Amino acid sequence: MASAAAAGAPPGPAAPRSRRSVTGTRRTVAALFLLPALVLLGALVVYPIGYSLVRSFSNASGDGFAGIDNYKTLFTDDGIRTALKNNVLWVVFAPTVSTALGLVFAVLTERVRWGTAFKLVVFMPMAISMLAAGIIFRLVYDQDPDKGVANAVWVGVHDTFAQSSAFPKAHPGRDSPLRPDRGGFVTEAAVHAGQPVFLPLVGVAPDQLPDGVRKAVAAKPEPGKVTGTTWQDFTRGKGVGRLGAPDPSEVGYAGMRIEAVKDGTVVASTKASADGTFTLPAAADGARLRLPASNFREPYNGVDWLGPALVTPSIIGAYVWMWAGFAMVLIAAGLAGVPRELLEAARVDGASEWQVFRKVTVPLLAPVLAVVVVTLMINVLKVFDLVFIIAPGSSQDDANVLALELYRKGFAEGQPGIASAISVFLLLLVIPVMLFNIRRLRREVRR
Amino acid sequence: MRSKSSTFRTHRAVATLAALLAGALALSACSGSDNDKKDNGEKTGGATGSTVTLPKLNGARLEVAAVWTGAEQANFKKVLAEFERRTGAKVTFVPAQDPIINFLGSKIAGGQPPDVALLPQPGAIKQAVDKGWAKPLNAGVQAELAKNYTQGWQDIGKVGGKQYGVYYKAANKSLIWYNAKVFENAGAQEPKTWKDLLTASRAVYDSGVTPFSVAGADGWPLTDWFENVYLSQAGPQKYDQLAQHKIKWTDPSVKQALTTLAGIWGRKDYLAGGQKGALQTEFPQSVTQTFTGGDQPKSAMVYEGDFVQVNIGETKAKVGTDAKAFPFPAVGASAPVVSGGDAAVILKDSKAAQALATFLASPDAATIQAKLGGYLSPNKNVPLSAYPNAVQQKIAKALIASGDDFRFDMSDQAPQAFGGTPGKGEWKDLQDFLKNPGDVAGAQAKLEKDAAAAYGNGG
Repeated sequence: MASAAAAGAPPGPAAPRSRRSVTGTRRTVAALFLLPALVLLGALVVYPIGYSLVRSFSNASGDGFAGIDNYKTLFTDDGIRTALKNNVLWVVFAPTVSTALGLVFAVLTERVRWGTAFKLVVFMPMAISMLAAGIIFRLVYDQDPDKGVANAVWVGVHDTFAQSSAFPKAHPGRDSPLRPDRGGFVTEAAVHAGQPVFLPLVGVAPDQLPDGVRKAVAAKPEPGKVTGTTWQDFTRGKGVGRLGAPDPSEVGYAGMRIEAVKDGTVVASTKASADGTFTLPAAADGARLRLPASNFREPYNGVDWLGPALVTPSIIGAYVWMWAGFAMVLIAAGLAGVPRELLEAARVDGASEWQVFRKVTVPLLAPVLAVVVVTLMINVLKVFDLVFIIAPGSSQDDANVLALELYRKGFAEGQPGIASAISVFLLLLVIPVMLFNIRRLRREVRR
Repeated sequence: MRSKSSTFRTHRAVATLAALLAGALALSACSGSDNDKKDNGEKTGGATGSTVTLPKLNGARLEVAAVWTGAEQANFKKVLAEFERRTGAKVTFVPAQDPIINFLGSKIAGGQPPDVALLPQPGAIKQAVDKGWAKPLNAGVQAELAKNYTQGWQDIGKVGGKQYGVYYKAANKSLIWYNAKVFENAGAQEPKTWKDLLTASRAVYDSGVTPFSVAGADGWPLTDWFENVYLSQAGPQKYDQLAQHKIKWTDPSVKQALTTLAGIWGRKDYLAGGQKGALQTEFPQSVTQTFTGGDQPKSAMVYEGDFVQVNIGETKAKVGTDAKAFPFPAVGASAPVVSGGDAAVILKDSKAAQALATFLASPDAATIQAKLGGYLSPNKNVPLSAYPNAVQQKIAKALIASGDDFRFDMSDQAPQAFGGTPGKGEWKDLQDFLKNPGDVAGAQAKLEKDAAAAYGNGG
């Protein structure tokens, strides 16, 4: 604005010579000079806006008047409604979180010796295009903990506290004496001392078996005790082999926990040895044997970052990663203009650091903060690339935003009328924010 | 298939860019050597081993547009080079983008349509005819077609009884690819029926490997799954009716097909990563995770068409030994053959354009590209021995053997808003079904609602 005001002032030195034709020539000359800019502006900005407006009132093929049908669709179509809802989420959270983080970074880096280096690092994501950032975060949020760093950390933390079991996918094979029970398996019939029990399961991948497993051995009967074997009843290349009895190459389930259950209470329990055999005391006689659910707990697979529920917050996270640096730099510039003596005075008066920040720094920075938030708001309203790239096809609908819906309607579904209506609607949304910014800038200039 | 693959292409923008660059380089290389070729062409005249007579077209210039990139494009250019050699015409390949119909629209609006374009869907041919872009094929081409193609393949190139398209390239989308090692370890056999497939899955599952990879993040593999089950179970008549939305998606036959599908999709342990994991798996990953990991891949089988080979190429597995395929098993009376394909359509009528269409309809052209691999021809006179390996021959045999019982990909026949948009229509509805396979009725209701809106002939 300041430069615009300067440009508007009459060019002093040229005035005396052209006094003869004050009105005529100068207007023509002015028009002549303005013409290239006007033509460019008209062709590249005004015409497209005008044509979008016209197009938004015509039907899909563009040759008939459609009235306000396109705008009606705007507020009835489920996809567009989701997009609208997500846009609200974006506008509320993305700018505020970015600005808040930027503020914190700016204030803290002021007092660190390596502040500039830190600022450089935080600002660095701004140097990457949205597309590249999208591809990066697509990987960060990958479901597979071996690929996605977010889930790698999450699963790492989780597994420190709750270990997964050794036999996650084990299940009874054909004609099994076992049936499912509360996430584990239980024998159909009661077991008796002196009669060896067979507890065959299948489905554990060989490389997932615990270390130190040995060939399964049929348990020998022991008087007064319940003995048995639990093992992988599966022979490579042959399927189950001999059903219900350990074949030569089949391995025992070392460490499988076995409980003897009588009337719902556990009367005895043990763990299988390396060859899959186990022995229970006489108390287990007449009980049913249970392989409890703790044997079969699935490995924790992390959070569904890009699932329907979390996809929008996840993408907002990626956006904040990019734009917090931008907010920080602007706020740091504003901070440099804050008079030191005010802060000193507050400190001398006995204010704590938190109070100085809360009651002095933030109010003084308010104009800058407002500019940052509003700029980011405009930026966020048109967000497209991050959503388009990060959201997988299955949750693109849940992550939808207006700009993406515009693209989909216009270029994938062949509905340019509705797409134009969305673009006009977006323009209307941006206008108040822009007016606010312009007025704010005018006031700055006047001050 | 073309329009569908656009989703994962975007995610591999870099690869595409590289391919485009390579294409541009190849293009310039081609134009450099044109003069020599023309000389050769004049000398040899009617080349040896040709089954088709082509006119002399010295000085004629042709532009051919297709969406092919990379090796596919390079191979097709060799076919064009043969045409140049035989006729003396000069053919330029114009790389197009998906969806090609929009690309052609802008070319035609600019007054410079390519002479011939390869369109990936029957719907696109119809669109091109409706807009007055496509020009009918002359008697010479039709004679060549009648000689080499079954009635079914001729008919899908027709609009309103007139022949417009020559199906130059086909895709067999009724294949299940499997990791041979896993099948061997599990003692599983190649299944012939759906019941056998479930038995084989069970055996694989018992051996400690998850049976299937389903690429749920992309919607189109899900529609292809459904189409195979539906075609085999409900029969070709119902399939055609559903494709044209003459019967509703709430039809009992759809219910039966979805229920059958739920026999696999509904079992968390049968899908790599469970349903949630499947919904985050994109097509390329669904293939690579089946053929990497030695004895313990993430899954044993992956369903999709012959183009799976391209993705297998990214792994260390070898097609034919480590990676094998069996035809989609019969769910009903006979095994389904769902296909796709690219048809050559003339946009600027000329003697040279018609000659090129004739050439593309001949076994000569198809044989050249078949030998280079990664290509399947619907031309019944292409010798099976032209395909470079046993798996390719098996796929081609299945396609040709189906005669006129094959059906074109249903979602490719549907309006784009229903059958071809990520996160919308059939793609989204089947993803929701994969998420919640118990709700068959709900899935049907949603499919019908979206279909009615897209076809504009219901509700």
